[in-house]
Amino acid sequence: MNTSDKKKTKELAQNLISEITRLSKIAMKENGGRPLRFMEVCGTHTVAIFRGGIRQLLPDSVELVSGPGCPVCVTHDDYMDKAIAYAQRDDVIVTTFGDMLKVPGSKSSLSNEKTKGADIRIVYSPLDSIEIAKENPDKKVIFLAVGFETTAPTAAATVLAAKQQNVNNLFMLSAHKLVPPVLNLLLSDEKTKVDGFILPGHVCVVTGTEEFDFLADKFHLPGVVTGFEPLEILRSLYRLCYQVANKEAKIENEYGSVVKPEGNPQAKAIMSRVYRKSDTSWRGMGEIPLSGLKMQDEFKEYDIENVLPLSLENAKIKKTACRCGEVLQGLIKPMECPLFGKACIPEHAIGPCMVSVEGTCAAWYKYGGGKFVFGK
Amino acid sequence: MCLAVPAKVIAIKDMMATVDLNGVQRDVSTMLLPEAEVGQFVLVHAGFAMQVVSQEDAEVTNALLAEMKGGERTVEHL
Repeated sequence: MNTSDKKKTKELAQNLISEITRLSKIAMKENGGRPLRFMEVCGTHTVAIFRGGIRQLLPDSVELVSGPGCPVCVTHDDYMDKAIAYAQRDDVIVTTFGDMLKVPGSKSSLSNEKTKGADIRIVYSPLDSIEIAKENPDKKVIFLAVGFETTAPTAAATVLAAKQQNVNNLFMLSAHKLVPPVLNLLLSDEKTKVDGFILPGHVCVVTGTEEFDFLADKFHLPGVVTGFEPLEILRSLYRLCYQVANKEAKIENEYGSVVKPEGNPQAKAIMSRVYRKSDTSWRGMGEIPLSGLKMQDEFKEYDIENVLPLSLENAKIKKTACRCGEVLQGLIKPMECPLFGKACIPEHAIGPCMVSVEGTCAAWYKYGGGKFVFGK
Repeated sequence: MCLAVPAKVIAIKDMMATVDLNGVQRDVSTMLLPEAEVGQFVLVHAGFAMQVVSQEDAEVTNALLAEMKGGERTVEHL
């Protein structure tokens, strides 16, 4: 970026902030003096908002809150216990994205098991698991299929590729989750006070924008599909303030460079060929109807829970003072948890929101510098 | 986890594309984006091309700057 572009960018940011300030104050007056509250539901947004210093730029009349946008954080203890139980077997290689390693189950974590000798490999792409399966024909290779709509098609395509290549020792431990059902549940709870959503740009690359229409139609709330650059986030906040101040509720797309209204039809087709919607448990929120993905019967030979069922006793979850569940729903800020920054820090995380680099607690800890004063 | 980055497609063979991201090259699958073509920018996530990034919009700042100058929607309201 040259100097003149920098100057223009700064000017644009200042214009957007002054409009955000003006519009949010108008809206705040009309709703009885409560600041406008916008929720982001994507871990990458959580981090981008901190990294861009967005909170420091905003007036007191706008508050940002993180929702259940970090797939690692919303993954239930039960799932981690299953992953660990599989990893402990001598005939298994577990492949996973790196951020799952330190997530605590009820007794251990994958990281602990790896130290004890379990064969757990970090992959960049689910497809890498196919090569590992080919190189280790005597082992069962299990990919931990975790993530939202962005990631689910990549796991589904990996299953199709394995089938095409006659790879019979690759399996999925599937816990994919869907964003719209959890937002529907959050909004059905009267404790959730949100005036609009910063919608997850890369989830919408796959889903398109229509799946979020219910926010406007059913709850009369605006949502803006948002990119990840500071200016894009500011522009979305401006659109949200504009809509609230003008009593509008529409789903807008401010990430049109990559998000199409219909999403990615090929990714959706592959996803629904391999997976079907099912009820699934979310950390802190319990079971949510049709909010997860299970493998279709046609692909059950790739579903490790079908091929090698586990009989796990219902492990007793260690009771700690961790308030991750409430943080995930945007009901409290991380520093309202008694463990935050004391017993629970990134090097010694108690809850998953501190484990994942995209977790709300980890982001507050890293960028808050221990002070948590954002220039206000 | 839903991190994705735009990269330029420099070759495609057998549903695999070689993409260039600031000089770093790697292979990504085009199973989810069979319409990808050499020369296009694509959004890459977990080893898969996910969407074509429209080139005129790829540089976000320029698009935003154009909006400030050009009487598009945001400017209209400002």
